[in-house]
Amino acid sequence: MMHSNVILKVEGIGKQYRLGLVGTGTITQDLNRWWSRVRGKEDPYLKIGDTNIRSEQGSSNYVWALQNINFEVKQGEVLGIIGKNGAGKSTLLKILSRVTAPTLGTIKSKGRIASLLEVGTGFHPEMTGRENIYLNGAILGMTKSEITSKIDEIIEFSGCLRYIDTPVKRYSSGMTVRLAFAVAAHLEPDILVVDEVLAVGDAEFQKKAIGKMQDISKGQGRTVLFVSHNMASVKQLCDRGIVLKDGKVLFSGGIEDCVEEYLNEHDESTEHRAQVVWSENEAPGSEDFILLGVKTTNHKGQIKSIFLNNESVHICIETKLLSDLNNMRLNFKLYNSNEIIVFSTSSHQFEAVNKRVGIYNYEIVIPPNLLNHDTYKIALQAGMPGIKQILFSTKVLNFSIEKITSSGTTYSTVLPGVIAPNITWNIR
Amino acid sequence: MKTTQDKWLFEISSKQKLVSFNFTEIWRYRDLLFLFVKRDIITAYKQTILGPLWYVIQPLFTSVIFTLIFNNLGQIKTGNVDPFLFNLTGITLWNYFKQCLTGTSNTFTKNQNIFGKVYFPRAIMPLSVTISNLVKFGIQFLILVGFYVFYLIKGDNLSVSFNYLMLLPLYVFMMALFGLGFGMLLSAMTTKYRDLTVLVGFGVQLLMYLSAVPYPLSEAKDKFPTTVATLVEYNPLSQIIEGFRFVVLNVGSIEVSKIFITLIICILTFLIGLVIFNKTEKSFIDTV
Repeated sequence: MMHSNVILKVEGIGKQYRLGLVGTGTITQDLNRWWSRVRGKEDPYLKIGDTNIRSEQGSSNYVWALQNINFEVKQGEVLGIIGKNGAGKSTLLKILSRVTAPTLGTIKSKGRIASLLEVGTGFHPEMTGRENIYLNGAILGMTKSEITSKIDEIIEFSGCLRYIDTPVKRYSSGMTVRLAFAVAAHLEPDILVVDEVLAVGDAEFQKKAIGKMQDISKGQGRTVLFVSHNMASVKQLCDRGIVLKDGKVLFSGGIEDCVEEYLNEHDESTEHRAQVVWSENEAPGSEDFILLGVKTTNHKGQIKSIFLNNESVHICIETKLLSDLNNMRLNFKLYNSNEIIVFSTSSHQFEAVNKRVGIYNYEIVIPPNLLNHDTYKIALQAGMPGIKQILFSTKVLNFSIEKITSSGTTYSTVLPGVIAPNITWNIR
Repeated sequence: MKTTQDKWLFEISSKQKLVSFNFTEIWRYRDLLFLFVKRDIITAYKQTILGPLWYVIQPLFTSVIFTLIFNNLGQIKTGNVDPFLFNLTGITLWNYFKQCLTGTSNTFTKNQNIFGKVYFPRAIMPLSVTISNLVKFGIQFLILVGFYVFYLIKGDNLSVSFNYLMLLPLYVFMMALFGLGFGMLLSAMTTKYRDLTVLVGFGVQLLMYLSAVPYPLSEAKDKFPTTVATLVEYNPLSQIIEGFRFVVLNVGSIEVSKIFITLIICILTFLIGLVIFNKTEKSFIDTV
């Protein structure tokens, strides 16, 4: 029976938050709320509240961080939850891990849920590593005997054997995190909720952590809900996903489509801009390579997004290589408004095979009199052929070409065709 | 969509039940409860020279000061019993109440870091405070027994009413229940209105003087204005303190009906505290 292996069912979850300072005025609102409940009426403050769009001014002090979220997770499935900052991912995880209650809706679960929202919860600096393993394990829902049976494994995984009977306050921060992750990784709940824990520790430990995550999800057939900004690891780990936007489910389906949807959603917001700059935390890319900024300029270096057809278009890309890579290449694709690839080009013919850590600036020049009157999308992708992708194909910027006649006026009608090069007609 | 095989382990819902104290769940987390107790005890006096001796010093010094002020200076009569022993008895039990109350009243604000990240039955926290304080109470009670024996050897006219000795655990239990219930009630309210934390600090201090700790109930009836005397008499805490002293030192008096009423008040306080606590634990993280 298909239905019976659903392990987690989320029905109509909504969460309302009050913005601003909780201070004076709360007593009046509390009394108001209580009074309407006594009279058997609906909470007057539930009706108001806007969709949660961070950058816009709302009309009231209440906001819906989540609205009408519905999904099901089957036994053994790894579900990715993706979305931009403030889309409601963390709120959803908080509700799932029972840290806070939803304002509306229900969640039904057939298994124990444990979350790795934040590792190292409840560590006491005065207690030794061993004592903290017990305490932390118990906080996360393990029994004492479960921990005892796994303690050697946990200590070994953490790599802190030497310090295990020393108070945690003497540990370096990295060691604390290692120990904390080691405990969390040895949890055996039916449903595991993971939020960006992979961003801890040094490179060696990260590799270990990702390996353990894959182990848990793929090897042991555990149900996992995974939240991350790292599209590479989401793709690697998850089967299915949901994309959240402004507190609502934007899309749900196979993980490939989800990632695609998420990336496209990104590109909507970049429309009509001639330059994008990312901070290091938000930059698209992976642990090896990130994009810092992209801009379109003319031959004089002026930043613009609308070009005339007799101008050259210069696309300047600033990237940062975070580890030494061999045979890495940056690929460029140009799409027109019909999503047809006009052309693609790759950096590998133009640069050294072995590249060192550092900042690299690329400039791609599209010659004048080539493109037709249209809006074009720039998509960038980077990878090491046959080994891995270090930047999934991302649409970063749009620009438009306007065609002018020899007399200097723009065409009112556009000639059909993907490109519009200067063609020479010899008529005899 | 409906299948009968669907048995959900638990439901997270926006609707609230009035009392949802899940005993099976707390039982499942019993290891955590005892680990918290252990943590409280071993970390209380880490990096101090006197260590657990502090458990002993606090009540002894307070008793000495009380004896000097209330008995030597204030001429409060304590019957057959030496004033120091009288004060020590009251203070030992009062300290337990005070520790339970102050320890549980800041449950949510103090633990918001843990509570904001993982779920476990929140009631574990105040319960662990009550239990770890019981251990401290045990140590202080042993000191009391030591002094008791000392005064007995010295030849003081002390007689334990062995018939009533079984009431001793009941009084301690009532104190625990009252402190826990009252503390949970306060903890729920301090999450939103921080004013209460300030109030608890000196409120407990003042409450002690209305709870017959440094004087017997009979003295209160004689010397206080009637309104205050009634207030002290109907204060369940003074009933517990007075009863405890009666059992240990055989001073004052107890009545079965009063024990009964006090017990009911304690249970009610605990239940009210629990209901409010449960209401708060679900979404306090949004308002804290």
